[in-house]
Amino acid sequence: MTLILEASSAAAGRGTRVRSKGERRMMWKALLFVAPAVLLLAAIYIIPVVVLAGFSLTDYQLGALSTRFIALENFAKAFDDPVFLRSLKNTVIYAVIVIPLGVFLALGLALLVHGRKRSRAFWEAAYFLPVTATLVAMATVWQFLLHPSIGPVNAAIKWLGFEPVAFLSNPTLLIPTMAMIGVWQILGFNMVLFLAGLTAIPKDLYEAARLDGARHPFDRFVTVTWPMLGPTTLFVVVTTSISAFKVFETVAVLTKGRFGSETLLFDLYLEGFEYSNTGYAAALTLIFLVIILVLSIGQTLHLDRKVHY
Amino acid sequence: MQKSVELTGIGKGFGADDVLKNIDLSVKPGEFLSLVGMSGCGKSTLLRIIAGLERPDRGSVAIGGADVTELDPSARNLAMVFQSYALYPHMSVRQNIATPLRMRRLSLASRLPLIGALAASAEVLREINKSVEQAAETLHISHLLDRKPAQLSGGQRQRVALARALVRSPAAFLMDEPLSNLDAKLRAHMRNELAALHRRLGATFIYVTHDQTEAMTMSDRIALMSEGRIEQLGTPSELYEHPATLTVARFIGTPSINLVPVEVLPNGSVSLFGQALGLAAAGHNAGPATLGVRAEDVSITPEGLPLRVQRTETHGADRFVHGHLQADEALPVTFRLSIGAPVAVNSDDVIYVSFPPERAHLFGRDGSRLAAFPTDRVAA
Repeated sequence: MTLILEASSAAAGRGTRVRSKGERRMMWKALLFVAPAVLLLAAIYIIPVVVLAGFSLTDYQLGALSTRFIALENFAKAFDDPVFLRSLKNTVIYAVIVIPLGVFLALGLALLVHGRKRSRAFWEAAYFLPVTATLVAMATVWQFLLHPSIGPVNAAIKWLGFEPVAFLSNPTLLIPTMAMIGVWQILGFNMVLFLAGLTAIPKDLYEAARLDGARHPFDRFVTVTWPMLGPTTLFVVVTTSISAFKVFETVAVLTKGRFGSETLLFDLYLEGFEYSNTGYAAALTLIFLVIILVLSIGQTLHLDRKVHY
Repeated sequence: MQKSVELTGIGKGFGADDVLKNIDLSVKPGEFLSLVGMSGCGKSTLLRIIAGLERPDRGSVAIGGADVTELDPSARNLAMVFQSYALYPHMSVRQNIATPLRMRRLSLASRLPLIGALAASAEVLREINKSVEQAAETLHISHLLDRKPAQLSGGQRQRVALARALVRSPAAFLMDEPLSNLDAKLRAHMRNELAALHRRLGATFIYVTHDQTEAMTMSDRIALMSEGRIEQLGTPSELYEHPATLTVARFIGTPSINLVPVEVLPNGSVSLFGQALGLAAAGHNAGPATLGVRAEDVSITPEGLPLRVQRTETHGADRFVHGHLQADEALPVTFRLSIGAPVAVNSDDVIYVSFPPERAHLFGRDGSRLAAFPTDRVAA
């Protein structure tokens, strides 16, 4: 018995050694296979972010001959900078309007379009058009539509007997107006995502719900549609939040940041490319990245628990 | 709860195809009735019409004497078990089973997520919970109540689907191939359980399957469907012993019935490859016909029809011999018979087989059964 045990343990020991040599070879092969992905990731994301973080700790200005390490001074300055704080506030207001409207209106549209049989293709294309159009060009169109004296929107308001509204010069209306354009732009894309989610729901579940006594469409929505759309909703909310925080084109075209309408991305564009404060812009970019990261991770962790069965 | 289900003149077409052609069917209260047939015969459509998931183009559906043709599925008080089980993946087993009760017994406000719990009466919720636990106990899934469907095996999901169906004593149970996603052994086990469940509940079961074994073993009556019509409606033994058409004879029984082309002579006597079989067809049916005889009715005899053995198949207690009837080498006719264990039969042996003529079934050219009676001669 002991003999056998010893023999087997000796064999096992030899086996481990042999295996570890083979394992090492496998490891090298594995590294070779992941190398392209790692190198690309490093070149495109990791190294630029590290360089960015490096710049954010200096007072470097584009073309300057000397530069100083100033530690976290840029970040301290940012949270004292009224323009940056205003842009942060504007971006949050913008996101608070765009995220719920962009998600729930799109869901409503998807439900309506999903019920169409023959006209479905038409509605899909119609709502998807703004996604394919360049926002810069579309912003110009909106500028015309909302113009206080020649725009059709104000013409309609005047025809109804109200005072014309200065959508693009009244400071309190600026951000909501741009948010509406943002919703208009993102609606079609989110609707298509929801439509894909709706198509993937098995018909059996609706039939089971009907036999289980779900006579009201609302019951079927709560019992089947909404829970089954969980994964789609998570994805739509995350992508919508990210694109809401990235708002730039509408500001650049419609107001150029006038009347206190700067947003995060527009402010860091001004600092980096108009005023050449590269170091400061790098710090702002880092803050922007952290906000996006926290939002996406938070939403994913929070909703993930609810949507995966 | 036992309710009858009456179908009168049901017709249904999809596009140009008539899927169901004028179906009349009456399911008695407490009966286990199987709708069986090949895929595409219309059996699932018929079940969906009873459920209310499809509307018939013609005809009417009555449950317990009340016409429900125009009623929504939710108002028909039927329970259905789907082939895919159709469990709600985001709900626990407990919530899945409770859904039909919540839909019926709670108000719209108290069915809302989150705030609903406040509006619902504690009394009703307690009753629902009690019914759920009873249903779970009946199907031996009490220990699974807090799991999600994704964490269950196929057999367990099947039980949850059944529990969801029986939690509220419906007028009738509709089952659409509920066992076809299970492995063979579990399927045999669930067949017994379903039959036992039917006996215990005494409820009306309408069961759709393409598997004749399921239909034969569980049903009180079988409606065999083909091309949108009911070919034959009867007890399992009626369908087995007296198939009304060639389709029924082919479909029912394992192994399949032996079918051989025969000739009905002008004097009525039936001959196989020129050999009289001791069987006569009634009426004027001279011409080609088909003779059917079950494997267990054929035996090895010192003389009779020569059969070249192809192979034997052992099923434990049963052994089946497959062979070709030799009279026509160009057109081999497969013939199967069951034999007792002691007989040694090898491939390529030529054996002689015969069968009692009264056990044979004769079908005309259109596939319908022909009346036949044995003549005084014993089968060749």
